[in-house]
Amino acid sequence: MAKLEIKNLNKTYTPKVIPVKNVNLTVEDGEFLTLLGPSGCGKSTILRLIAGLEEPTRGQVLIGEKDVTGVRPGDRNIAMVFQSYALYPHLTVYDNIASGLKLKKTPSQEIKQRVAEAASVLGLEDLMNRKPGQMSGGQRQRVALARALVRRPDVFLLDEPLSNLDALLREKVRAEIKQLFAEQKVPVVYVTHDQTEAMTLSSKVAVLNKGDVQQLDAPERIYNNPANVFVAGFVGSPQMNLLTLLCQGRYAMLGDFRIPIPDMQTPPNSIVLGIRPENVTLAESEDRNTIKGRIFLVENLGMHYLISVRVAGSEKEEIIVRALVPIHQKWSGEEITLALPNESIHWFDVQTGDAIVKSSIASQLV
Amino acid sequence: MTKLDTIKSREQRTGWILILPALILLLFVYGYPIARALWLSLFTQNLGTELKPVFSGLDNYIRMAGDGRFWQSFWITSVFTVVAVLLELLLGLGIALVLNERFRGRSLVRTAAIIPWALPTALIALAWAWIFNDQFGIVNDILLRLGLIKTGINWLGDPNLAMVSVIIADVWKTTPFISILLLAGLQSISPDLYEAHAIDGATPWQSFYKITLPLLMPQILIALLFRFAQSFGVFDLISVMTGGGPGGATEVVSLYIYATVMRYLDFGYGSALVVVTFLLLILAVAIASFLLSKIRKRLSGVA
Repeated sequence: MAKLEIKNLNKTYTPKVIPVKNVNLTVEDGEFLTLLGPSGCGKSTILRLIAGLEEPTRGQVLIGEKDVTGVRPGDRNIAMVFQSYALYPHLTVYDNIASGLKLKKTPSQEIKQRVAEAASVLGLEDLMNRKPGQMSGGQRQRVALARALVRRPDVFLLDEPLSNLDALLREKVRAEIKQLFAEQKVPVVYVTHDQTEAMTLSSKVAVLNKGDVQQLDAPERIYNNPANVFVAGFVGSPQMNLLTLLCQGRYAMLGDFRIPIPDMQTPPNSIVLGIRPENVTLAESEDRNTIKGRIFLVENLGMHYLISVRVAGSEKEEIIVRALVPIHQKWSGEEITLALPNESIHWFDVQTGDAIVKSSIASQLV
Repeated sequence: MTKLDTIKSREQRTGWILILPALILLLFVYGYPIARALWLSLFTQNLGTELKPVFSGLDNYIRMAGDGRFWQSFWITSVFTVVAVLLELLLGLGIALVLNERFRGRSLVRTAAIIPWALPTALIALAWAWIFNDQFGIVNDILLRLGLIKTGINWLGDPNLAMVSVIIADVWKTTPFISILLLAGLQSISPDLYEAHAIDGATPWQSFYKITLPLLMPQILIALLFRFAQSFGVFDLISVMTGGGPGGATEVVSLYIYATVMRYLDFGYGSALVVVTFLLLILAVAIASFLLSKIRKRLSGVA
């Protein structure tokens, strides 16, 4: 139907404020792309550029092979769900949903039918005569979704649609959104700073930082093969342990302990070691790569304990490793031995921050 | 339950004590004069009675019904009010829409726009009287230089033109009030709504009709209400510019009342005029606020 392509997109406000530097993305029909990044990374600006609410300084937006860069938002046949929902406060739910169709001079019989359809998908039938002011946040959010669905657009754009909901409702609506858009056979672009949403919803995730795409990949690969330190640190909760370590030959020095580093032509002076807390385990006798340390903080997360360990031999420059220990595992005393399984360790270049694993390099350019 | 009641009743008592001074003050400055005027309007008190009040029932009101000058001034006030307020609303809305856009020096223009409203009316009226002066006025000078007229127009000397002149002066002075009020309303409309509407396929004109106007309606009504009440009681501007002339062509109700009381010393009849005008204004304000609450309810769905 309509592939969405973004080519060399750049938005420059002033020489110092460049929210989008040079972004290339392709979203196929039925794909769900999430733009993930911290606030100020340019993700919302990209969405607004796709929608036509802002004009790019350079680059193109193509929908279904057609260049729409200079086309008005209303003529791009897109639908957008706003963070604030942007419901028209003076119109009823029915009129809110029907607004786009009315503006497009759709026959009134068809409007009625399509609005009823969208309303029934989202369970809004009983609310059709309400005004947005009389509804809860969750209900408004549904109306916003219905208003997008009813348009049958070529592209769906969603700008942090869940951020105004409370935690419980967010989880519920997240599941609904996943089911809802799985049935839509068009590209979906979803903006969020919430990695859980990115992981659960998307077929593809673009991690953004400072106006550039850091990694564009399937969510599993973003999680398991982060392309650089930024992605590694941004995705995953609790955050990945990222330790800058000095090297001695083919080993990185983690306090008193030596961790073998991958083969490289010239062994570096220092290197960044990354390991997710859930991959750090209480050491058993057969484990290699074990480290000792003293626990100084235990946080109960319900399913796990998050323990923070000061690594032995790191008195001068303190090294802290955090481990996620299942609630049923016990340890005794403050001294603890942890294992860092080789296969779970990520290595990054100190200077560039890029991952130093052969396999992940190819995946950066999907 | 009992504890909750005592807290509530204590709060209520505190509330009453706090507003009591204001209530007493209002009673003296509003309540007493209104009651006094009402009382006085049932008496005849003029030079004919040697300024002594003589009870005459509804005589003053009966006299008013047949008083052509009163109805004439009432009609003039209505024309002045309706034309001036409508012009102010249109211009004020236009200015507000411009000031709501981002452009260089916007805050400067915003400040400049409010100045006419901040100046004392009597001074403005003097200035406008000179602007429209038939011999030395700048309006005639401009028109003469442009070759649009051959001889100076006697703006304030012609019944119709005098009306036009005072309306222009009033519009100049009070448009800023409306535009600032409407600007506040415009700024409370979320920009998201316009973006959503644009994505829905609306042109800027459609957005103006379907979003701006309905969402601005409460502010428009408040502005109309304020201006209507104010304009109906206009006194200083016209008093200074034309003094109600020429030949009573700009004699609004307040000028007539002033003349009745202060020049003809007809206190009883003057009070009756005040009472009737007052009641008519109250009626208009009540209708407007009723409409306002209805529109508010329609906008948000909640009262």
